[in-house]
Amino acid sequence: AFTFAAFCYMLALLLTAALIFFAIWHIIAFDELKTDYKNPIDQCNTLNPLVLPEYLIHAFFCVMFLCAAEWLTLGLNMPLLAYHIWRYMSRPVMSGPGLYDPTTIMNADILAYCQKEGWCKLAFYLLAFFYYLYGMIYVLVSS
Amino acid sequence: MSQPGIPASGGAPTGLQAQNGAASASGSLYSNGPVQNALVSSQISVNQGYNSQLPGSYPHLIPAKTLNPVSGQSNYGGSQTVSPLSNYQGPGQTLHRPPVASNPATPSLHSAPVPRMPLPTSHNPAATPMPSGSFLPGANVHPPLNWQYNYSSTGSQTNHCPPASSQPTISGNTNLTSHQYVSSGDPSFQNNFIKSGIASNTNNGSMVVHNSYDEIEGGGFLATPQHTNKNPTMSRSVGYSYPSLPPGYQNTGPPSTTGMPPSSLNYSSGPQGFIQTPLGANHLAASMSGLSLHPEGLRVINLLQERNMLPATPLRPPVPNLHEDIQKLNCNPDLFRCTLTSIPQTQALLNKAKLPLGLLLHPFKDLVQLPVVTSSTIVRCRSCRTYINPFVSFLDPRRWKCNLCYRVNDVPEEFMYNPLTRVYGEPHRRPEVQNATIEFMAPSEYMLRPPQPPVYLFVFDVSHNAVETGYLNSVCQSLLDNLDLLPGNTRTKIGFITFDSTIHFYSLQEGLSQPQMLIVSDIEDVFIPMPENLLVNLNESKELVQDLLKTLPQMFTKTLETQSALGPALQAAFKLMSPTGGRMSVFQTQLPTLGVGALRPREEPNQRSSAKEIHLTPSTDFYKKLALDCSGQQVAVDLFLLSGQYSDLASLGCISRYSAGSVYYYPSYHHQQNPVQVQKLQKELQRYLTRKIGFEAVMRIRCTKGLSIHTFHGNFFVRSTDLLSLPNVNPDAGYAVQMSVEESLTDTQLVSFQSALLYTSSKGERRIRVHTLCLPVVSTLNEVFLGADVQAISGLLANMAVDRSVTASLSDARDALVNAVIDSLSAYRSSVLSNQQPGLMVPFSLRLFPLFVLALLKQKSFQTGTNARLDERIFAMCQVKNQPLVYLMLTTHPSLYRVDNLSDEGALNINDRTIPQPPILQLSVEKLSRDGAFLMDAGSVLMLWVGKNCGQNFLSQVLGVQNYALIPQIMTDLPELDTPESARIIAFISWLREQRPFFPILYVIRDESPMKANFLQNMVEDRTESALSYYEFLLHIQQQVNK
Repeated sequence: AFTFAAFCYMLALLLTAALIFFAIWHIIAFDELKTDYKNPIDQCNTLNPLVLPEYLIHAFFCVMFLCAAEWLTLGLNMPLLAYHIWRYMSRPVMSGPGLYDPTTIMNADILAYCQKEGWCKLAFYLLAFFYYLYGMIYVLVSS
Repeated sequence: MSQPGIPASGGAPTGLQAQNGAASASGSLYSNGPVQNALVSSQISVNQGYNSQLPGSYPHLIPAKTLNPVSGQSNYGGSQTVSPLSNYQGPGQTLHRPPVASNPATPSLHSAPVPRMPLPTSHNPAATPMPSGSFLPGANVHPPLNWQYNYSSTGSQTNHCPPASSQPTISGNTNLTSHQYVSSGDPSFQNNFIKSGIASNTNNGSMVVHNSYDEIEGGGFLATPQHTNKNPTMSRSVGYSYPSLPPGYQNTGPPSTTGMPPSSLNYSSGPQGFIQTPLGANHLAASMSGLSLHPEGLRVINLLQERNMLPATPLRPPVPNLHEDIQKLNCNPDLFRCTLTSIPQTQALLNKAKLPLGLLLHPFKDLVQLPVVTSSTIVRCRSCRTYINPFVSFLDPRRWKCNLCYRVNDVPEEFMYNPLTRVYGEPHRRPEVQNATIEFMAPSEYMLRPPQPPVYLFVFDVSHNAVETGYLNSVCQSLLDNLDLLPGNTRTKIGFITFDSTIHFYSLQEGLSQPQMLIVSDIEDVFIPMPENLLVNLNESKELVQDLLKTLPQMFTKTLETQSALGPALQAAFKLMSPTGGRMSVFQTQLPTLGVGALRPREEPNQRSSAKEIHLTPSTDFYKKLALDCSGQQVAVDLFLLSGQYSDLASLGCISRYSAGSVYYYPSYHHQQNPVQVQKLQKELQRYLTRKIGFEAVMRIRCTKGLSIHTFHGNFFVRSTDLLSLPNVNPDAGYAVQMSVEESLTDTQLVSFQSALLYTSSKGERRIRVHTLCLPVVSTLNEVFLGADVQAISGLLANMAVDRSVTASLSDARDALVNAVIDSLSAYRSSVLSNQQPGLMVPFSLRLFPLFVLALLKQKSFQTGTNARLDERIFAMCQVKNQPLVYLMLTTHPSLYRVDNLSDEGALNINDRTIPQPPILQLSVEKLSRDGAFLMDAGSVLMLWVGKNCGQNFLSQVLGVQNYALIPQIMTDLPELDTPESARIIAFISWLREQRPFFPILYVIRDESPMKANFLQNMVEDRTESALSYYEFLLHIQQQVNK
């Protein structure tokens, strides 16, 4: 049946597709940094504005799932939500939004961390995408 | 296998040096071109052209040799062991010509059995010709062809060469010192010379010009090429080869060869076979030989028993375990050194050793002698862009193999001519290949825009607080005194801005009768009141500038404005400078309170001593962002902070840190109450204003494939993984780089690091200063430990600890320092020492490691338990990051000397001056005595502590006072008395001062002086309220290590 939960899953499906693009963009951007194609200042300027939208989108459908009382789905997303909050709280001192500081981004540890983060998120979003698809169909089919 | 190159070219004795380590043979001439052996003296050089190496096969060869030496050589190139003739062709490959040089010389073969060859015979055809001017006719021929060609000819040709060929040139070669230039005088050269040459002269070094190849063309080269295998292995071989050795003989281990008398050399060339010993073996042999030089180095020390490990003379950096011919060419450790002089083969091995791998650089240090090359083409690797350097291998005179990426590159035609010797065909003897530190004059491809003029902008705080301190007087006076000494040329521009709650600009337009002040009170949206005349040409407006400097200190004496709008003033200054770039010197005396970049006090005095909750991170990113903007426009900001109050250096310092400037801090500066700081400011300003400066610079660090750069430390902006953007570079800045081993280095025996600093000099020339460091790769943990450079390790750890303090916390950083010692010593104990003895066993190379780490823990940056002000702590951290290693080590672990009983024993004699060399004492109060006087050299300060019962003799003969009570409270100069005691100590102190570019101030301290606390604080081996003594620290380490 087309319940609110089904609507949430459909929405999450679309938004997760968008998040997958964010993650891919993120991976490409750090790869470019690593291979010297881009100046870190420019790269941070393009990446930083995307951080909050990504986090907000994710937080948004977490709230939707909360409203739809999809506890399992919510539970699966909580770790990522918590990570996002922690990540943003511990960001360097910055006046603008975003996470990435051009003066430290070239540090090999941070660069490797950001790359790994990108891959992990991509994997998470991909799995989530299929899970939402399943969830949506399941909700639609079950009466 | 490696092959030896055979170089022939005249003169190329050196060529011989074989590079291959492996191949015992000396063979590869070319490969190392650079290396010269001592042996290589001129005559030798000639002969050697060949270096062959013989492998085991040697014997067979012999006969061949006798016949004609030449042929022998050629063989080698190809295959190693191979039999003589056949070889040649087989390999076919690379060889080109026979080496010229080889022949001529001495006929005598090394081996007794072999008959000597008559001189003539010996040569290769090619070789002979070379005498200085002449080229062989055939020369041009292509290698392979030639090669054979030669070969056949050899017999006949040999004759030509007169042994004499040794040529004149040779002599010159060995050093490229200025005198070489002489050649410039030569008519032929002149043209070129003039243009480029001149410029270079200005600098210091000698320059080399080459250009004139034209005449030369046509000349052949001599050398035979060797070919090489493309194996990586070959390349490595370079390291080990023993070039010096007489070629032929080296079959045996390299070491043995060295012994050979020169005569043997000559012919050795004949046969070479190489054998290539497996690299591993060589390597071992090599390492052993290295070790044998320092038997001391192999000792294992129980620090609990042998406590006094501090050497009485300044600690020398360890010498990498390389063949001496390569080591001779290696970069000076003052400029470029590595924490591990033996690079571990894999990251796993590095992790096991628990020692940090990194480089410490002082790339723009003032050098007395620096070869400068002016050339229209700068030879670089086509794939990794490495500059040609002494550690590349020449496969033949026409091709060289990059030592970083192993690509084989062509040698440009122009490079074939050696302007120093005026010989064609010996690229391996050019200065680029003979000097690990060299400067190139860069052609226009290295410029993104025309070289900028030197631009100096001074930004002064003139608020009430600033005027109170009276610093404007000193600064303006120093500027006036040094106005003519500012590095620059006729294009030099200068400008001034002052600020309090408003911003004041000064128009210095030519023709004005006096400087005109323009006040901008809109600090929200700063604008430049007039586009021109604020930065003016120094020469044209010098009188106005002098006027301004004379009146400036008086202009604000009545000011009541207490606010400080530093942020807007910096923005204004940035706007003013952004079209040109340059250096901005900012003088600030308080916390900025107005406009953007305003800061709030956040130091809590009660928490100063705890390691927690102190504000080491900036509170705003305004200064960082502005610094990045500055960096983009080639503006560097130097900050002079003269403040009695907390000024949040953690935030302010960002402006210098990311724009490659420097920070100077004078706590509690006051013109009357703190004369010591006044003197310090004057001396440092003097140095600051007159030292060399490079504008719009970038520095790139390259390293052999397999290594990668992990993190940089210092003041700069990292623009890409290996590129630092340095709007200004100064000779007092040091950098550190952490490295990691990304791919295993098992195929290599040597790795190289190259730093290239591209900058615009104050004369408007674009220059590139290149330093190359070459180090051996090792495969065992023990060797890694043996090659550890404890000073460099401590320096790198200090840099890492500063980062850790900022990102985590100070206590984390302190723990990390202690753990670094514990981990590495545990690794040594568990993996290297076979029998577990009690005590704290350390390798000789790390015997001072615990001491230096303890000294770091007690250094201002990392100490706890004292009432260090936050700004002072942060300043100390800035210094750790920005100082070259030598000074960092002196500030961390000062040298202590007893100076009341100086004698001439063991004294140095320099220019007729006798400089006593008292032994360095341990930093412990137990070494002090009340009846002596002790000098502590802490880098930027010298402290002379005079004990209460110090001999009357010292008081009157050195200090010029009658009794102890008459020593003034503040005494910063020793009187020049006409006594031997006074002469000795003054000679010693001035010698210490001469060794550094800045001027350390001497403080004479008596028992009740306030400075005494500073003096005693440096007694790092003693216990303090909150820190362990050295012995306690050792016990703690031992406990952890033996767990």
